[in-house]
Amino acid sequence: MNVVRFLLNGVLIERDSVDPHMTLLDFVREERRLTGTKEGCAEGDCGACTVVIGQLCKDGAGRDRVSLSPINACIRLLPTLDGKAIFTVESLKAASGTLHPTQQAMVDCHGSQCGFCTPGFVMALFALFKNETSPSRARTCEAIAGNLCRCTGYRPILDAAQVMYQTAPAAASACATGMEQWLFSPATSDAPPLPGESELAEKLVALAHSDALRVKSPAGTFTAPRTVEDFSAAVLAHPDAWILGGGTDIGLWVTKGLQTNGTIIYTGDVAALKRVDETEIGIRIGAAVTLETAFHAMNRLYPELAHVWTRFASWPIRSSGTLGGNVANGSPIGDSMPALIAIGAEVVLRHGEKQRTIALESLYLDYKKQSRDAGEWVEAIIVPKRSTTGVFHVASYKNSKRNEQDISAVCAAIAVTTERGVVTQCRIAFGGMAGTSKRAALAEQALIGKAWSEATVRTAMEALSHDYSPMSDMRASAAYRMQVAQNHLLRFWLESDARQGSQGEAQAARVF
Amino acid sequence: MNALLNPTHLQIDVSTHVVATSTRHESAHLHVTGEAIYTDDIAAPRGTLSAAIGYAPAAHAVLKSFDLSAVVAAPGVVAVYTAKDVPGVNNYGGIVLDDPILATDLIEYHGQPVFMVVAESHLLARKAAKLAQFDLEIRTPILSIDDALAAKSYVLDPVTTGRGDAETALARAPHRINGKTAHGGQDHFYLEGMIAMAHPVEDGQIAIQCSTQHPTEVQHIVARAMALPDAKVRVECRRMGGGFGGKESQPALFASLCAIAAARLGRSVKMRLDRDDDMIITGKRHPFQFEYDIGFDDDGRILGADLLLASDCGYSADLSGPVNARAICHVDNAYYLEHVRIRNFPCKTHKVSNTAFRGFGGPQGMFLIEHVMDEIAHTLGKDPLDVRQHNFYGLTERNETHYGQAIDDNILHEIVPELERRADYRARRAALREQNKSSRVIKRGIAVTPVKFGISFNASHLNQAGALVNIYSDGSVIVNHGGTEMGQGLFTKVAQVVAEELGIDFKRIRVSTTDTSKVPNTSATAASSGSDLNGMAAKEACRILRLRLAEFAGKKWDVDTSAIRFVNDGIEAGTGGEVRRWGFTELAHDAWFARISLSAQGFYKTPKIHWNRDTFKGRPFYYFAYGVACAQVAIDTLTGESKVERVDILHDVGSSLNPALDKGQVEGAFIQGMGWLTGEELVWNGKGVLTTHAPSTYKIPTAADVPEQFNVWLVENSPNREDTIYRSKAVGEPPLMLAFAVHHAIRDAISSVSDYKTSAQIAAPATAEAILNAVMKAQAAC
Repeated sequence: MNVVRFLLNGVLIERDSVDPHMTLLDFVREERRLTGTKEGCAEGDCGACTVVIGQLCKDGAGRDRVSLSPINACIRLLPTLDGKAIFTVESLKAASGTLHPTQQAMVDCHGSQCGFCTPGFVMALFALFKNETSPSRARTCEAIAGNLCRCTGYRPILDAAQVMYQTAPAAASACATGMEQWLFSPATSDAPPLPGESELAEKLVALAHSDALRVKSPAGTFTAPRTVEDFSAAVLAHPDAWILGGGTDIGLWVTKGLQTNGTIIYTGDVAALKRVDETEIGIRIGAAVTLETAFHAMNRLYPELAHVWTRFASWPIRSSGTLGGNVANGSPIGDSMPALIAIGAEVVLRHGEKQRTIALESLYLDYKKQSRDAGEWVEAIIVPKRSTTGVFHVASYKNSKRNEQDISAVCAAIAVTTERGVVTQCRIAFGGMAGTSKRAALAEQALIGKAWSEATVRTAMEALSHDYSPMSDMRASAAYRMQVAQNHLLRFWLESDARQGSQGEAQAARVF
Repeated sequence: MNALLNPTHLQIDVSTHVVATSTRHESAHLHVTGEAIYTDDIAAPRGTLSAAIGYAPAAHAVLKSFDLSAVVAAPGVVAVYTAKDVPGVNNYGGIVLDDPILATDLIEYHGQPVFMVVAESHLLARKAAKLAQFDLEIRTPILSIDDALAAKSYVLDPVTTGRGDAETALARAPHRINGKTAHGGQDHFYLEGMIAMAHPVEDGQIAIQCSTQHPTEVQHIVARAMALPDAKVRVECRRMGGGFGGKESQPALFASLCAIAAARLGRSVKMRLDRDDDMIITGKRHPFQFEYDIGFDDDGRILGADLLLASDCGYSADLSGPVNARAICHVDNAYYLEHVRIRNFPCKTHKVSNTAFRGFGGPQGMFLIEHVMDEIAHTLGKDPLDVRQHNFYGLTERNETHYGQAIDDNILHEIVPELERRADYRARRAALREQNKSSRVIKRGIAVTPVKFGISFNASHLNQAGALVNIYSDGSVIVNHGGTEMGQGLFTKVAQVVAEELGIDFKRIRVSTTDTSKVPNTSATAASSGSDLNGMAAKEACRILRLRLAEFAGKKWDVDTSAIRFVNDGIEAGTGGEVRRWGFTELAHDAWFARISLSAQGFYKTPKIHWNRDTFKGRPFYYFAYGVACAQVAIDTLTGESKVERVDILHDVGSSLNPALDKGQVEGAFIQGMGWLTGEELVWNGKGVLTTHAPSTYKIPTAADVPEQFNVWLVENSPNREDTIYRSKAVGEPPLMLAFAVHHAIRDAISSVSDYKTSAQIAAPATAEAILNAVMKAQAAC
């Protein structure tokens, strides 16, 4: 296939030659003159460009469904939309002129002032509306953490997120078409698809194809293989190509770095890379699995980590970005790696037809240096099952200037196993403390074999100062990084102590 | 007098009740559908080109030469322009001519525009702009207020002012403290970045569409840069995606550049700043450093004060003069300073030129005195609220400001105790202190802070406005005025005024694009004055139209004009069964047919005000707006992270024109102020390069930062004592300063670490790192 085909507000778009660097935002604004979607930052941090992507999926009963997620149009490269449905703010209003319940609630609650961020909020709330039946305030805040508003102070927007559910039934019942009715109806827990959804699913099924997508243009070639073998061969043949996952970093190379690459190879259409498989040793998460899906899977094994994942970027970013991308990118301030290292995750690397599996921490050698060979790529992450010996404690803590949607100054992850009050196993990893995510070897040493006590933890805190020499930058000073890294060990102790029922105060130990 | 319980002033005589209702924002239905047109959404004429700025890569340098050959040769580049291509005055300074449009031989901040690329697309222009080679002779930049003070580097002359004899009062005071404090700047982070589009029009004219709070200044500066008369430049702005002061003086730069290129090329030219470029190139809120020497009595009442306010103005004057003047005029906040000396140093540094930002120096001045209040309270072991109240301006005495304005509308004596009650401040404070004793990691603090904010531009001549009201022969109405819409709801409020005055349905009214060719010589939509000024001008235009229509109807009906009422979407005369009625649609048509002019211009100038900028005395403000906030925060003593848990606000908007819009302003301003004082940190590196120039590194509040308990009340039955538009009060800026309650609550929480033995010293922003540092100092003091 050499034509990119997707649905934009229900209209089939076909492009046989497209600059693979073109963003969805530029396409809708410049080419389609759909100017409701705004550019606020062009880096996926403000949400003014939020649109909703519809993708085929199966429900429990094996029916074709369409899952809806918010994404940032500003960093989403156009060819990745092949086979998808995109909804922009222009698609929500009914043909009769009736506003969507989300839109009407924003009007009624005075949720817009300057209005520039509003289309993005409407789309984020629309995504929430289609995914949650009755979201709490906390869930709503999490859902819109990727959307910045500088005018309202958010209170009326949070109100609108409640009101939209109240007015939806009446609005939906007045809709003229099946599609409108589906858009106007909030999520239901397990009802069969409405006709509008089935109709869309059928259209998406018709767009699906089993051969690779390959689109050429003077600006470069975009390839979306369907099989791991084809993918691996393509990477081997083009070792300097960009391997594109969710594009939540590569998108910025384009919009901010103003870079291009003649060859872009996309992970997102390789079916095998989008799988999450339960195995004997744990779960195997394919490289193209989105962060959102990967975290849901990991939460089943490690519910203690759920909280830190909600602080990982924003819902739109987690809906685009992949766990494989975060791991392969290997940023020293990537937030998935400390936790993955602490729980002993492994990474499956592939080079042509050869595969090898290594401990995740051994992937990272130094700042932007990995033990991957040219042409070798991250195929999967293996998350081990929980340790069943002794008492197992695990936690990950993140520090940033803002609680939501910020890049870590420090990200800590600590896993400790105790047997009869003695530490028998211990894995501590930090982000933001070195050129890569890195284990705290000396601090671990200070704990292993020792009584699990505050005194022991204090020796580990001291040892930590020899594990790392963090840097100072705009996010934090070196001294602050070290201090909170040490304090995280103390917090971990306080929390585990409290769980064991002693005089601890874990419940009251955290602001967030 | 109890304004809360006993309304002593006029109630609005509303017949149709358009004013004082929570009418929705006139564009709300367009915002939510994406149909609202911002400058970048305007369909550009065929052949429109894109422009981008090439900016200086150093903070302070002699620009020996630069090589633009790679820029010229880059794909899609149509033209490259430098300072010599500016046909008129190469400067966009509004008050002082010290802001070159394009730099000539001296670079004074990293990010200063040096050249402009015009290309076939936005992306191609941006790419080409990066290709210049500069030959610079690097000079040492001044990057801090301390360095500027040491070098006596100022953008304007320092000012010393005050009242009484501070020196003697200090010497005699039973208690005396001195110290220093400081706060940082703040990026506006309007969601819509700077943008302008210029179109060449016949006979050398230029038409500009621009995101600006000040179309008139853009017009005048573009005309000056183009060597054209003002009448040949027309500037329009339908709406901005946020302004907050950032689009007061600065849009003229981008509009001028577009105009220069459009005129040369004979094609429309648009310049939309990428977010990072916007944050690097444009100015921010002024950071200030303070020193204080305070004498006070046993109750904490200030007897003498010696205050030093030094501001970081960046490289040029811009609006720094008025910003610093407002800081001086708000250093008292709610408190009577009998003997005070104020020294103000507007420092010149090699950074971007700082500019207007909501509050405009007011927050800066207040920051100091609120800090002082906490310090006095700590010294005496008192509740800071008691100290604050002891220092409040009196009602009949101790009620003149240090700049000579009598305060005759003070309602703090009513609203502060009222909020204290509604927030249950005293009991909660005691409970939190008790709780902190047993909470090892999390500590909580609480604080109440008041706001008194002067309304009017300090410079009296700016307090004028015009409005044009057109009634069409089908009864539909357009109102146009000099104010601009940036989300605050000004257009809605002015339309409400027109509906109220003409007694017509709100739906008949459109507020049209602000346009320098319709209403001339306007002031910036700034200083919270939009509704006060433009509402009154529109009211005056309506009065003229009403008079004409009443005369016309009076003759037809053979009744006195005074008997004609503008109500119920038409006019009426008579009573009981004798009521005669003329629907507005028919009235408009009939009046047109009878050759009655249905267009009127209204003009307004604020009465009573005067200001002597040499003596720093006068009555700069028509009136004051008041408010009070109580905030409770929790801090994590292991990381310094903080969370605002509960906020209660009682804020004065006089008789609200629109309670929903006013509440929106209060909440939005509070959260914005909270951001300034907590998480929003601007970081420059040692070379004067801003390292926080995108939302990835500069963190404004998100929804989750909004306190879960957020009670906002407007003071009821408290009309403005001055004759403002329907006795309302300005609301744009004053509530921003309510956020001081958060800062002081954080201080209170930190002080608990030493069991209140030490007074937490924390500058703003109180980032997690700053809080943790202060916590560790408090721990060390134990």
